[in-house]
Order: sequence, then C-alpha cells, then structure tokens
Amino acid sequence: MTSLLPKAHAAGRAIAPEPIPARPISKLKARQRRIDRVLTYVPLALFLIFTLVPFYWMLLFAFRPTGSTSLVPWPITFEHFETVWNGSGFGIYFKNSLFVAVMSLLCSTVIALLGGYALARFRFRGKTLFLVAMLCTQFVPGAMMLIPLFEIFNAVGLTNSLWSLIISDTVFHLPLSLILMSGFIRNVPVELEEAAWVDGCTRIQAFRLVVLPLLKPGIVAVGSFAFISAWNNFLFAIMFISSQDQFTVPVGLSYLLGEFGADFGALAAGGVIAIIPVVLLFAYVQKFLVQGLSAGAVKG
Amino acid sequence: MALIAQKQKPGRPPAATPRKRANRSRRLYPYLLIAPAAILTLVFLVYPVGSVFYYSLQHSNVTQPWDDGFAGFENFIAMGSDPLFWRSLSFTAQWVVVEVGLQFVFGLALALLINKSFIGRGLARSLVFSPWAVSGILTTTIWILIYNPSTGVGRYLADMGIGEYGVSLLAGSDTTFWALVLAEMWKGIPFFAILILADLQSVSLELYESADVDGAGTWRKFVSITWPHIRQAVVVATLLRAVWEFNNVDLLYTLTGGGPASSTTTLPLYVAQTAIHDRDFGYGSALTVVAFLILTFFSLVYLRITKSKEDDK
Repeated sequence: MTSLLPKAHAAGRAIAPEPIPARPISKLKARQRRIDRVLTYVPLALFLIFTLVPFYWMLLFAFRPTGSTSLVPWPITFEHFETVWNGSGFGIYFKNSLFVAVMSLLCSTVIALLGGYALARFRFRGKTLFLVAMLCTQFVPGAMMLIPLFEIFNAVGLTNSLWSLIISDTVFHLPLSLILMSGFIRNVPVELEEAAWVDGCTRIQAFRLVVLPLLKPGIVAVGSFAFISAWNNFLFAIMFISSQDQFTVPVGLSYLLGEFGADFGALAAGGVIAIIPVVLLFAYVQKFLVQGLSAGAVKG
Repeated sequence: MALIAQKQKPGRPPAATPRKRANRSRRLYPYLLIAPAAILTLVFLVYPVGSVFYYSLQHSNVTQPWDDGFAGFENFIAMGSDPLFWRSLSFTAQWVVVEVGLQFVFGLALALLINKSFIGRGLARSLVFSPWAVSGILTTTIWILIYNPSTGVGRYLADMGIGEYGVSLLAGSDTTFWALVLAEMWKGIPFFAILILADLQSVSLELYESADVDGAGTWRKFVSITWPHIRQAVVVATLLRAVWEFNNVDLLYTLTGGGPASSTTTLPLYVAQTAIHDRDFGYGSALTVVAFLILTFFSLVYLRITKSKEDDK
C-alpha cells in the first residue's frame, strides 16, 4: 500500500498546473515542489485540528465514564446515551425532529421546483416585486417574527404542533430554496425542453422526462439545505412547542444545557445524537453541494 | 444577485393547441406555479413583517396595558436615550465586522488550499466542511465543554503547565468576546470555503498553465486570474454572511445569553429580550424596524460599491 502512495500522489497532481513536458524538471523545480507540498499539508493539518478537536471533545465526553479524566474514551461506555435516549426523552425528540426535517424537505423541494420553474422559464408581471419581497423578508430578524407567527398559529390551532415548525421552517427557507432551484433549472438548456415539445410532449411531460433527471444535483442540494436547516432550528421550536412529547432535539439540548454542571456526559451524548443525521447527510451531499453551486446557482 | 436581473426567454407552449387558449394558459402558468410559494410568503412572512411595522408605531406592552395605543414615533425617539440600544448596536457592528472579516480570510485560505490536489482530498473536504451543518445550539454544546474550567481544554493545558486552573473564558468580559468569535468562526469558515470553492472549480486550468509559461508567480496568478473569477461569489458570500451574523441569535443566546452584563448582546438579541422577556412588543417592533433599515441600507451600499468596481474593469 505504501509503495502505491507516491504513484497515486503523482497521478493526483496531474490536475495542478504542471510545467510543460518539453522542459526538463530541474533541481530548482523539485525544491519548489517540496516547498509547495509543505505549504499545503501544514496549513491543512492546522485547519483539520481546529475543526476536529471540538468534535473529538464532544465524543470524548459522550463515550467516557463519568468522573474519568482520560483523554481517550476508554473503557468505552454507552451509559450516557441510555440516560438521554430513555431518561431525558431524546428518543422521542429524535423522532419528532426527523418528522419535521423530512416534511420540510419534501415541502421545500416541491414548492421550490414549481416556483423555481416559473422564475427560470417565464417572464410575468409581478416577478420582480415577488423577488424583492422575498429578499426583504430575509433582513428581518427571526426573533421578531416569533410573536406575529405565534398569533397566526394560535388562530389556526397549530400551536404546540410539529406542523407549526414544518411551516415556519419551510417558509423561512423558501427564498433560498427558490433562488437556488431557479438557478439550477436555468442551467438546463431550454432547447432540450423545446425539442421534447416538438416531439409531442406536454410541458409537464417534458419537465418530468427531460428536466427532472438533469436536476438531480439541484434537488439534492436544495433538499439537504432544507433538511439541515429544519433539523437545526432552535428558535421556533423553543417558542412554539410547549409540551415535552413534541420537543425536537435542539430544544432537548437546550434543556440539558440549562441544567449543565450536572451531567456533561449526558450533554455530550445529546450532542452526538443531534449531530449524527446531519453529518451523515452532509458527507453524502457535500460533493453535490459544491458541484451544484459551481453550476452557476450563485453567480447566476 | 445577478441572477435576479437576468431575464429569460418566455417558453413557448406546443403549437398544436388553438392560439387563443394557448395564450391564456401561457399567461396563467407562471402564476399557478408560483402560487404556493407566494401564498406561504404572504401569510407567514409579509403579513408578520407588516404587523411588526404596524406595532412599531404603537404602545403595546403586556406589563403596562393601560398605555396601549397609538404612539407615533415615540418608540423610535425613546431609542435615542436608551443606552442598551446604542451598546447593542455598537456590539452588533463589532461582531459582524470581526466575524465576517475573519471568516472570509480563513475561508478563502481554506478554499484555495482544498482546491489543490493531494491525497485524501475528498475526505479532507468532508471533514473541514462539516461544522457548516452543525446548529447554533450544538455549537454551544461543544464549546461549553471546551471552555468550561473543569472539563475544558484549559484544564488539560494547565495539567501540562500552560496557563492556570479554573479560568472561565466565558465570564471575563475581554475573553468572552474572543471565545464567542472563535466558536462562531469554527461554524462559519466552512460556509465561505464552500461558496468560494464552488467558484474556484470553474476556473479554467489552461489560464494557469499559460500564466506559468509567462513566468507568473503564485501571487500574480492569484491577483490576475483567481481573484477576478471569484469576486462575484465573494460579494454574495460576504453579504449573506453579514446578514446572517447580524440576525442569528442562537449561539449568543445559548452560549452567553448576551452577557456578562449585556456586553455580548446584539441588536436582534436585544429585540428578543424586549419583545419576549420584557413583553414590550411596541418597542421591540420599533427596534426591529431600525435593524431592518440598517441591514437594507448596508446591503444596498455594499452592492453598489462592489458593482461599480466591476464596471471599472
């Protein structure tokens, strides 16, 4: 394995700006490359330490017996997870959070697909007004929307319901979902759709058969943004939900934080539970995310 | 931002249907498609924002119900002599500038670094980007464990003879700010890195190759090739991040609660305390309107400045 590494390394470097082959690689160039390598790996290692030590610190507390001061979680214990999952109700919170996040993902994606298509493919009266209104709402602190939103949910009988979270998460995320999605749709050449119409497809068929398959990275990106922001939402969850069987994971965490000093192991275990779905999802979509954004959604 | 201004050719419906009907459905189509988004926005965003503007001109305080009624600009005038307002305003400015500045510098560095090719690049990317997906409250959880004097990194450093025991970084007013900055940077750097990397990947490698042939150094290549290419993304990213850092209260609320002694209270956090804790909705709304105007003004100025630069090119 080790003997393979330098080779793989050399192959990997082919993407980086290389000197043109006709020129012989001088000693100077070799030295240059060594410096270059140090300048890559040393800062990278520092970034990795800065990123990973905090995660490790949480894992350490989550898997280490209470009272231990060891820097490795050994002997490993799951007692803290049992405490929070059953004792503090994180099992229920986890289920609630998952429901909210998945429903927000579905709602956001469908609404963004519809609206994004309209924004990308049609010119219509009121379009600019609509976009300006959407952008303006982003400048209002979420903290201040709490009371008017609470009044609305109260009027329609949705307070203390997970649906109040699904709606507010979807709506707050809508401007970003819409703008991203319309960027992705715009990147699908309109000629492809026109060709399908000529072949006798209706607009909807053309969309389903031609545009949708090409939109996969866009849908994954928009959907995962929506999932993550709904999973992470704290402010709405703590204000709109009052009964414990409807709590989400961030609310559960804030209660553990409130009584901190008591049990750091439980707090860390709660944190690990909160982070697992997001990190798994993120590891999967990370590539789509960068690809999707570089496809021009940001630049327009 | 540019994508909003960009107009698209209107689509053509199939030629088979009678022209008149086709025309009408063509005109109706976009409205039907946009309807769910528009209705939700209207009910759950525009209406609440409107009611905030309305209440900013009202006295509305649950603890003083006898005073409720039209207030004119009294709420706004009251701000002039409210030391907490001015303090939160200056802290917000400090917070946004320091956070966005540092996150941008390190985010750019990280993006450039991770755009090179090296062994394990995919894994390294997933790892260094991951804090982006972590919530504010989880960031608090993690950094409380780190900063706490009895469980934190400080204790182990003290064991090794570095620093002292029992130092609480979140209690001293000078250390609190930088402790917050570090925790927020941990979460914010990946945001910049992701947006900038997305743009870096679309730079044509031939440009760098021809620059190499011309004997251009690393700095020269950055200034004349990389920077012009990513500037648009940098403008968008800094603006989005500034608005976000301005508005988001999760981390501040849970890590320090705005303390010690209100020294880390941003304007939106002050809004939340006024409107929710003190139940003074009129004054809280007026504060929100001011925050809204400041953000809008700042965004317009920022976009104007960065745009005129582009035109000079």
